[in-house]
Formats: sequence, C-alpha cells, structure tokens
Amino acid sequence: MNGRQWVQITSCENIPLREGRAVTLGDREIAIFNLGDRFLATDNRCPHRGGPLCDGIVAGGSVVCPLHAWKVKLDTGAVERPAAHDKCVATYATRIDNGVVMIELPNR
Amino acid sequence: MKQRLVVVGNGMAGMACVEQILKYAPRFDITVFGDETHVNYNRVLLSSVLAGEKAADDIIVNPLEWYRKNEITLRAGVRIVDVDPDARTVTGDEGSVTGYDVLLLATGSSAWFPKIEGLDKDGVLAFRTLDDTRELLRRAGPQTKAVVIGGGLLGLEAARGLQVRGCRVTVVHLMPTLMERQLDPDGGHYLLGKMEDLGIKVLLGRTTTAVLGNGHVEGVALSDDSCLEADLVVVAAGIRPNVELAYKAGLHVNRGVVVNDYMETSSPSVYAVGECVEHRGVCYGLVAPLFEQGKVLAATITGNRGPTYTGTVQAAKLKIMGVDVFSAGDWSEQHSEPVRFEDRALGVYKKLTVRDGKLAGVILVGDTSDSHRYMEWLRTQADLTSQRRHLLFPPPAADAGLDVAEMADSATVCGCVGVTKGAIIQAIHERGVNTLSQLKECTRASTGCGSCSSMCQDLLRAVAPEFEEEAKKVICGCLPFAEDRLRDILRSQRLKSVYEVLEIYGNGQGCEICKPALSYMLDMLWCGDHEEDRSARFINDRVHANIQKDGTFSVIPRIRGGVTSAAELRKIADVADKYRVPMVKITGSQRIDLLGVKKEDLPRIWADLDMPSGQAYTKGVRMVKTCIGTDFCRFGTQDSTSAGVELERRFEQLYTPHKVKMAAVGCPRNCAEATVKDIGLVGQEGGWQVVVGGAAGKSVRKADLLTTVESTEQALEAAELFFQYYRENANYLERTYDFVERTGIEKVRKDTVYAPEPVRQGLRDRFAKSKARAVDPWLEGRQPRTAAQFVPIQALQKVLA
Repeated sequence: MNGRQWVQITSCENIPLREGRAVTLGDREIAIFNLGDRFLATDNRCPHRGGPLCDGIVAGGSVVCPLHAWKVKLDTGAVERPAAHDKCVATYATRIDNGVVMIELPNR
Repeated sequence: MKQRLVVVGNGMAGMACVEQILKYAPRFDITVFGDETHVNYNRVLLSSVLAGEKAADDIIVNPLEWYRKNEITLRAGVRIVDVDPDARTVTGDEGSVTGYDVLLLATGSSAWFPKIEGLDKDGVLAFRTLDDTRELLRRAGPQTKAVVIGGGLLGLEAARGLQVRGCRVTVVHLMPTLMERQLDPDGGHYLLGKMEDLGIKVLLGRTTTAVLGNGHVEGVALSDDSCLEADLVVVAAGIRPNVELAYKAGLHVNRGVVVNDYMETSSPSVYAVGECVEHRGVCYGLVAPLFEQGKVLAATITGNRGPTYTGTVQAAKLKIMGVDVFSAGDWSEQHSEPVRFEDRALGVYKKLTVRDGKLAGVILVGDTSDSHRYMEWLRTQADLTSQRRHLLFPPPAADAGLDVAEMADSATVCGCVGVTKGAIIQAIHERGVNTLSQLKECTRASTGCGSCSSMCQDLLRAVAPEFEEEAKKVICGCLPFAEDRLRDILRSQRLKSVYEVLEIYGNGQGCEICKPALSYMLDMLWCGDHEEDRSARFINDRVHANIQKDGTFSVIPRIRGGVTSAAELRKIADVADKYRVPMVKITGSQRIDLLGVKKEDLPRIWADLDMPSGQAYTKGVRMVKTCIGTDFCRFGTQDSTSAGVELERRFEQLYTPHKVKMAAVGCPRNCAEATVKDIGLVGQEGGWQVVVGGAAGKSVRKADLLTTVESTEQALEAAELFFQYYRENANYLERTYDFVERTGIEKVRKDTVYAPEPVRQGLRDRFAKSKARAVDPWLEGRQPRTAAQFVPIQALQKVLA
C-alpha cells in the first residue's frame, strides 16, 4: 500500500521548549523540535558527519549540529551553514492531536 | 565694571558657548536661565538613558560645581517669558525681572505636535527632555503597548528604547520610507529590515488621525481607518525652533532667529546660538553645528570679532546598538554620480554621491566604520579623482597606524565638540592620557554622538605610550553588545534568564554562540541564583558528559589531584565491564576516561560509580594535576599533593569562561607542569609561587607570577582571588592565558592580590556565594530535570521497519 500515515509520537511536554529529542520509527531516526509555536521534525543525522541534530542548540527556526556547527533549517531541512550547500535533511510534517505530537511518515 | 550677560537656555548650545566665552578674559557677570530643573546634560544621549545604557547622571555635561567654579548664577527651573529690549530686562515665569547688557538666546527647539485630535490625553508624551525620558521610563514596562508617531532619528531611538524596556512598540510614519530626511528610499528600506529584525513593528505611509481613549490613551486611529491599541503614545514628528522671545526682542526671525556669519542678530545687544538660530537659510537640529557656532559667537561677543561661521555639513548617526546608520551631506542623485554597494544578506547598504570630483553626500546602513573618512572628505572637499577606484573599498593600509598618520594635525576628529588630531596628541603627551575615558575627560572628544570613538582609539593606539584598549568585540549578531557592557546591563536591569535578555536586547532567538555565553554570565553574575535554561546550553551541559564524534559520550569521574585507591579503580573497572565501555583511557590530566557511552546509560553509570563528576565536558573547573610532593619524593619541598587536592575541592563544580586546568608541584622541577596551567602552585623552599595564565594547548605560554607566599593557605587564597577575578572579567571562551595577556599581569595583580581589602573581600564573598550553591551535576542522574533528559523518546505507536 502506498500513501502516508500519521504516527503518534509522545505527549508535547516530553520535548522541552527550544530543545529537540530523537525517536526511532522503524529504520528511521527522527529528531523532533519544540519551537514554542510549533513542532518540527527532521531526520536526526547531520548530512556532514552524522551528528545527532536532536542534541543541537536551536537558533530561531534552525538547529546547530553539536559536532561541527553545521546549521540546518528545520522547516525545509536545507543546510544554512556552510553557505551554498545543496545537501539537505529529510523533513516530516507534524501536528498536535490532543496534546500528542504526531508525525506523518510515508508508507512503504 | 563687568557687563551683565544673561543666557536664556541651559542646554548644550548655551553652555558650550559659555564654555568658549570663559576662555576669553573674564568680562561678564553671567546669569543662566533654564526652564528645566537640571544642570546642563547631553540631550543627544537621552535615547541611551531610555535604553538603559546610561544613567541620568552619566549624561551630565556641566555639574553644579562647574557653575560655581566659574561664578555663573544658575536659575534652573525658571522659564523666561518676556523680554524688554528697551529696558534691557528679561522676566521670569516666577515674576523676577533681571537686567542685562548682553542677552544670549539659546532657547533651542521643542517637539512639534501635529494637529491630531486627542493629543491632550494622559499618556501622550514627547521625547525631548530628561523629564520626558523619566516619564517614559516610569510608564514603560513589560507588555506596555507603545505607539511612536514619527519614523525619524528620534522616533526610532525612542522606539528601540521603549522596546528594550519591554514595551510592544509600533512606529507610525507618514512617509513611505524611514528617516527620509537622512536616507534615500533604498537606505530606508535596509533600515526598515533592521528595525523589524529587532521586533519593532513599522507602519509606513500612514498618518495618525486621532488619539483614542477616555481621559487616558487607549489607542490611535490611522489614516487607513485601522486602529492600534496603545497605553503610551510618543510624538516624535519633528522639532520647531523656539523663537517667541526673539520676536519679543524685536529680532529678525524667519523659521529661526536670523544670524550672519559672525553669529550676530539684527540687534547689537542680543545674540542667539543653537537650534533656535537660522543661518544662511538653514536651521540645524543636530549637535555638531552648536559647537561650531558657539566658538564663533564667543569671539564676537567678547569683542574679538573675526572668526566666521560658514555652515556645517549636516551629518546624522542613529544611536541604536546594532543598527548602524550614518548620513551626511547631499546624497540626492541630481547632478551627481552615485557610487553604491549593497549586500542584502549582510544588510549593508552604502551610497556616495560625487559631484565635480568631490564627495557631495554619503549614506551608510549596516556598516558605518568608514563614516569618519567620508566626513573628512566632505569637510575638506578633497579632490577624489585619483581615488575613484577606492571610494567604497580603500586599498588595505600597509600598517594599522596609516589612517591616523595621514591625517593633518588640524583635521577634526570629534566633529561634535570640535577637537582636532593635534589637540588629542597634545593631551596624550602633556596630560598622560592613555585610555579613551581619560581622553574624554581631558578633551571632551567623543562625548557628543560618540561616532569618532574608534578614530580616537586609533590615535591613542598610535601615540599613547601605554595605551589601554577599552572597546571590545560584540558577542554575535543576535546580541550586538560587547561582553563587559552586557554584564553591566544584566546586572543593572536584574535580568536572570537567557530568553529575557534575548527578547529585550537581542533578536529574540539567539544562537549557539550567544546562548551559552549568556548562560554562563547569568550563572556567574547571580552566583548561581539565575533561571537555568537548558535549551540555551550546549549538549554537554544538558547531559553532563562530553559528546564524541559518533554521538556517544565520555565519562570522567573526579579523582582529586590524581590520587585514587585500589577500591576506586576496581569500581571503575566494574562499570567499564558492566556497560561494555569500548575504551578506558588514562587522560593527560591524571584521570580516567570511559569513552563510547550511550546517553541513556549515563545516569546508571554515574550511580554505579558513586563518584562526583570530573566535569571534563564543560567550561568549568577541570582538575588539579599534582606531583607526589613531600610524602615520597626525595626532592619535594612542599606537600603539593594535599595542596592540589584541597585546591580542587575548593574550586570544583564552579563554571568559568573557559575551562580551567590547574596543577600543584612540590618543587621547581615542575613535574606536574604547573607553569603551563591556568593556575599553578609551585612549591619552593619556604613557600609557594602562585602562577597564572599558562598554556600548553594550541600555543604554549609560560604562566606569569601572580605572587609569592609563605603558607599553603595563602597560596590557595591568592589562587581564589585570581580565579574569581577571571570568572567576572574574562569574555566567554577566553582562556586565562588570553585574558592575562589582554589585561596585563600588573593590572591583574593590582586588582587581586594587591587590591584593597574590601575589593578582595568582595571577590571572596562572591566566590563563596557561588560555591555555596554549586552542586555535583551528576546528581541529576537520580532526578532528571525532564522526562527525556537522558532517554530517547519511545513512540506511542509502533512502526515496522
């Protein structure tokens, strides 16, 4: 079956304000960030050397990888620093349902 | 008998002129009337008072002693309401009548209030005087809704000041772009972006049609039929010269009091200076012309008629931290050749206009570092033909002092006060000036708008034998303040949380540079009594372990002074086995490192180890390396092992600007390398040397001698003074070796071991206060701050691989 599915992850308060947390879903490791007004989800691994983005410092709408300070935009997954980089991390749609963060995954 | 000089107006223009008059032989009995109750203050800096960067006392130009010393009668709080040119008297609003031989009008200008319904409501204010500023400060607070009418220089400075105080600010501006008198539309657009980045809302092309509310302001109505809620309305729509008295004195008045190049009015016994004056058709609203006019007038009025005033190149600089805007001359492109540079990502816009090979005007937004060069070109009307290729980007100077060396001694450095390069060099040589603050005190240079401060610094650097740097780099783009300035702000504004600071003084977001720096500062300033925000910390300080290249962590328990026991080693070995730790390593700091630990195992490993954290992951106290001292060593002269263990016990668990590594050695053979540590105790026969600022990292630096003492307790105390001094004065991520080198060991000694007892006691007290609140961070393993501090999130729903 092709298509998409929404997966219940965890209640919102488990992800502190302006921090990220990782969750493993099947063979994916996804980082979820609490930006206060919304939650955003990306693949957890930095395209540079695979650093855990969930452990980075959030700077506005971006996260700074803890290993070598690559900066990744959380809504698009684009690499902001170093500049002019075409590498990207996958992003996932999120929504809140009854205080629970939901992530949309592609079915396989 | 001396003539009676009556000065109406106790502001910058009047008093600058009186200062000049006093330089001539005393020929006047001077009486000064001012309708404000204050002594003369620097009106230009009111926005700095509003923004909390300066206190009201800091902007006083002439204190009461100055009036007394110069035998000037000051009548503060008396407004002159009438003048009788035939009887030669002025009348005060309290009924006094004062006779004059010579009258000087320095009445300045007032805020202009456009015709808007409801301006009489409570909560509508101008931003012109110290009292206005105080009233704004009284009413501004977190969540106060403020509307600023006017998007000119003053309006924008008021807006930022209010916002810094926590207000939600909207600027309503009549014109389609901001500061249109100083900036072309492109420049205004760049400025708009910067104001919006600060979080200030700007509505352009709209007028305010009415102030709404029942007695007190509740909102404003705009020309587009929309309404804004407001608790406070600031009118900054322009200024008008105060010319009522000049009319009454029978003077020739257009927009301002008309004066000639000798600063004479149409009456021989009445003079005028400053913003109330109109010279060659121009009324000035900026500070530099006041000083130039004052000098000429002083000559004329004292019978030394000769010097002439021929007008001032209009220059303006926006005083908002982090929003650099400079404009001067005629920047319109009619009959001139524009030269431009812009970079949208950097927010930098520069435009020069060149006419007949000479600079006609300049606009700088986002980078005003070259403003002085352009000002000089404007003033001297230098021929730029040979420099056309280097107008915006000068070829790099071969040596740093070249810029200064190229200036003539007669060139003006400070345009506000009128101080030349020659005068500054003279002050440096003759008055022993070494710092910018001494220079300000001595020559008044850089006390006006402050835009020449970097030029003054360059001069000091080039000329002063013992120049001391005062300006420092700003932290980052999110928070455009130098760190020492920021520490003052945090302290004076009693800010205790990172986000509060970013919301008020920064861009509301922060980044990986400013957030950890702020976290450190708040912890240090409030001795641990701050609002700890882990989202502002690097991952190492969220989970108290050092992240490795594969995302695992390293665990280093504290082994004070490198002294351990068989039982402790056995415990560490058991943990390494139990958690299958991939690598166990003896570190260079006489400790044991367990590498490759998973985040979720950290709390259990800490519990099994039952040892305190060695804090090898943080900017804080690392360890004290020791030699075997007197217990076993044949050469030892001091018990370095016990001293080292005690030193570590005293300092451990405290955070520092950068890591602090220490060592104690029992004799000058220096087996534990104390002379290349941040703090080292070097034992010798009969006592200790305490050394600081050593390094054996990227570079190698031998530590400087702080002091030599007799007892171990004295050595520990000296180390403690230095340690706390470093915590309070170093920039974040500045190691002791950079800090000591920048500060100079003589100053470090003066401020620590040689400081007066109250100063030393202060350092000790704050150290003790921080220490009393410090805890072993590994205790958090037992009671995590949040549910998922160490463990990954388990999804509520299963997804198949």
